[in-house]
Amino acid sequence: MDETNTDVIQGTLDMLILKTLSLEPMHGFGIARRVEQISRGVFKVNPGSLLTALQRLERAGWLDSEWRQTENSRHAKFYALTRAGKKQLELETADWNRRASAIARLLKAEV
Amino acid sequence: MSLWRQLTRGLRVLTNRVAADCELAEELKDYFEQATASFEASGLTAEEARRAARLEIGNAMLVREQVRAYGWENLIETLLADLRYAARQLRNNPSFAATAMLILGLGIGATTAIFSAVSPILFQPLPYPHSDRVMMIFEQRDGGSRLPSFGTYEGLSERSHSFDAMAVMKPWQPAMVGIGEPELFEGQRVSAAYFRALGVFPALGRDFQAADDLVNGPNVVILSNRLWHRRFAADSQIVGRHITLENSSSQLAPSNSFTVIGVMPRDFENVLAPSAELWAPLQYDPSLPPDSREWGHHLRMVTRLQPGVTKEQAKSELDALLPPFGKAHAKGFESAGGIPTGVIVTSLHDHITGDVKPALLAILGAVILVLLIASVNVTNLLLARGAQRRGEFAVRAALGAGQKRLLRQLVTESLLLAMLGGTFGIAVAMLGVRALVALSPPGLPRVDAIRVDGAMLIFALGITTCIGLLVALTPALHASRNDPHEGLQQSSRRSSREHQLVRRSLVVSEVALALVLLVSAGLLLRSLERLFSVDPGFDASHIVTMQVQESGNRYAHDDARARFFEQTLEKVRHLPGITSAAFVSQLPLSGDYEVYGIEFEAYPHDDEAAFRYAVSPDYFKTMRIPLRRGRLLDEEDRSGAPVAVLISESLAKRKFHDRDPIGQRVRMGPNMGHADKPWATIVGVVGDVKQLSLAVNDAEAFYTTPGQWEWVDNTQSVVVRAKGNAASLASWVRDAIWSVDKDLPVVRIATMHSLLAQTEAQRRFALIIFEAFALVALVLAATGIYGVLSGSVTERMREIGVRAALGASRESIVRLVVRQGMTLTTCGVAIGLLGAAAASQAIVAMLFGVSPLDPMTYGGVIVLLGGVSLLACAIPAWRASQVDPAITLRAE
Repeated sequence: MDETNTDVIQGTLDMLILKTLSLEPMHGFGIARRVEQISRGVFKVNPGSLLTALQRLERAGWLDSEWRQTENSRHAKFYALTRAGKKQLELETADWNRRASAIARLLKAEV
Repeated sequence: MSLWRQLTRGLRVLTNRVAADCELAEELKDYFEQATASFEASGLTAEEARRAARLEIGNAMLVREQVRAYGWENLIETLLADLRYAARQLRNNPSFAATAMLILGLGIGATTAIFSAVSPILFQPLPYPHSDRVMMIFEQRDGGSRLPSFGTYEGLSERSHSFDAMAVMKPWQPAMVGIGEPELFEGQRVSAAYFRALGVFPALGRDFQAADDLVNGPNVVILSNRLWHRRFAADSQIVGRHITLENSSSQLAPSNSFTVIGVMPRDFENVLAPSAELWAPLQYDPSLPPDSREWGHHLRMVTRLQPGVTKEQAKSELDALLPPFGKAHAKGFESAGGIPTGVIVTSLHDHITGDVKPALLAILGAVILVLLIASVNVTNLLLARGAQRRGEFAVRAALGAGQKRLLRQLVTESLLLAMLGGTFGIAVAMLGVRALVALSPPGLPRVDAIRVDGAMLIFALGITTCIGLLVALTPALHASRNDPHEGLQQSSRRSSREHQLVRRSLVVSEVALALVLLVSAGLLLRSLERLFSVDPGFDASHIVTMQVQESGNRYAHDDARARFFEQTLEKVRHLPGITSAAFVSQLPLSGDYEVYGIEFEAYPHDDEAAFRYAVSPDYFKTMRIPLRRGRLLDEEDRSGAPVAVLISESLAKRKFHDRDPIGQRVRMGPNMGHADKPWATIVGVVGDVKQLSLAVNDAEAFYTTPGQWEWVDNTQSVVVRAKGNAASLASWVRDAIWSVDKDLPVVRIATMHSLLAQTEAQRRFALIIFEAFALVALVLAATGIYGVLSGSVTERMREIGVRAALGASRESIVRLVVRQGMTLTTCGVAIGLLGAAAASQAIVAMLFGVSPLDPMTYGGVIVLLGGVSLLACAIPAWRASQVDPAITLRAE
């Protein structure tokens, strides 16, 4: 109960993954760390949900994957954004901004 | 694009699950190593870093499962796994699988087959446009109905305004001669509007027109599609061609050459004469000469109502028209018994199905009973199995299987079972329909339209599947609702009481239903026995008969025709192996029906109608019809001599009571009422003969020789009494006839025994089906009793062991089990008796000489059912008596 909630907000995991991958292709662990770092530890990604989401996004045609060497010469599965994925990211970002600002307005009005 | 990816990726996983699993494991391992490396980089020791990484990932197997569960291919994989498991379950339990499949298959198959056979007759409209407007019309007098004459038809069709088309028809048997063995066709002579009344028109060529249907009109003919294919190789140029037909029904055919004017469509079903293959115009004289065939009441009338006119409106119109018309033509109605008081209007459908309806409805009832029993039995089987498997489901639930998962497994199993049973059922239905068509009594309407009824098949399959699903789901719901702990404990000991109660009441209802079927079958069997013990009035053994048709104007004069029949008889008589032979104008129990009027000198104005036979003198000797008084006919009773008549015993008794009829004088047939015609003298009285059917008591008849009747019949049957096997003589007799005239069609070759059997074909058909169903019901009921008892013995093994240990004797244990079984039987019998009493009222029309409450039948059936249930109890009882108390108690 005292622990702060680090769950990703429901329905936003896909957007977070797409956003992370829009910078550069990355492997699963990299994505998890990047989300954690950029959110300054507010969100922590559960590996099970992450890998399932990656599969789902790949099947939806938004990601491509391939096995290649990491910088420290390890073998890892890298995910990259496709053109359709880019478009999806724009859509979801716009949608999120619209909703977030609406919520912000509502919360302000309350005060 | 994404759909394509979904499909290909899914398929890749499906075809190579191992590779997909490896890749996932690899990725996860990679994740773990990177996490460890990053923790190490942040300053933790290798050991701590690994722990932290493991903590972050959690249970690796759960993660793998979570990822694996994504994707449509998982549904298919689960389904396949369920199917495999279900198949294994059935394989491991072959007796359960076989029984369930057998019951389902028989139930579904039998129901579908029977329904398919009766549905075109009972439920489907006739295959004509607006078939509800097609009506048959009969004359009515004194509440009875009779066939109309051409005069009636002319009178009504000129005056009535209710109909789009009116037509009359009569049978016609033309022969095609000259090429090979002469072939006789079934056909119809019809008035021009016949096909218009039915609403079907030739596919090739044209329909009849009014101009075709005139006295001495053109010889035109329309062919059936079947005949067109069979005889003319579907020649598209057939219209306009001439064919040669010898026409037996028209005495004055000026020519034997007929022009083909049309061919009926392939799907035309002629329900009024299913075997008719060609049609020609009736060509009766519309000027209605008195005392002619135009006033013979021998035609059937079919009409098509105008749209919007009801049957009742048409009837009231005709009721108003016919009596005045009859008064104006009183002479035309004399021979038929007087001026009609009105008409009877019946829909063609009712006319066609009326005779067979009771039998078919009874059969339909029987099949519904069988389906009920089958359903009850399947329910019972599945309940028993569910009870056995409660333990299994409790274990699976305890191991974490979700309720949905369990339900899905059960649904898969039920569906697999239903599918197997259904497949078997389809096979049974197809075979059954064929068997039914082969077994069907002659005269069953619309036999050609009988085929497996898809809708009924789906219905039967649906019902049994639904029952299967419902019943199969109960244990799963139990397992998930109940505490698994309780289920686990109970599993090996006893199944719940409520299940036993349900199963017992199901068995009781099974026994009751079986009793209903058995009683019905028993009553029919006894009726048939009674019928065949009825004396037909002649000795049917060793007699073979066939009909000779002298066609058309072959023998222009009666003398020539008479000479032909005499010569033929002479030839037949001299065949080896023959005791005696004779010709007769209408053969008993063959479907022939010829009634003429007879006028008695002693009772003026009190005319009678009776069966008329023209017989060669040896007829009575050949058929062994006994002489009661006077003498038989002999060679002296020939043309020119004073006419001698024999009358049947019942006619003599009714007319003359105790007085001696010998020497009394009569006038018959066309001579009736003509004072200028000579009287004929009754010379003897012979025994009664059944003409129409064994069940009908209508034996008033008179006999003359062919030479002393007004004309020589052109169609006669030869009856031959053989010394040994009659059937083997048939071809000899036929060849003897052909040695006199090779162009004459010889038809209806049969032994008298087979004719006798055929007259009761409808009852026999119903009986065969009832017997088959009753047998199935008996077996199912016995299986039910056995199943319940055997389950109960298994469940009470411990109790029985305790009893045995405490000193119960084997007999007392056997008695315990048998009493349980017989209690079920007794309850079932008591309920079934009520049901049977009600059901037998429904088949009362098909019974003969047996009360629907015949105590013999009921008693016999109860004994039979009791015996079979005792047998069904025997095995479980024996098993119970073999229980070794030591083993049972140790197992605890």
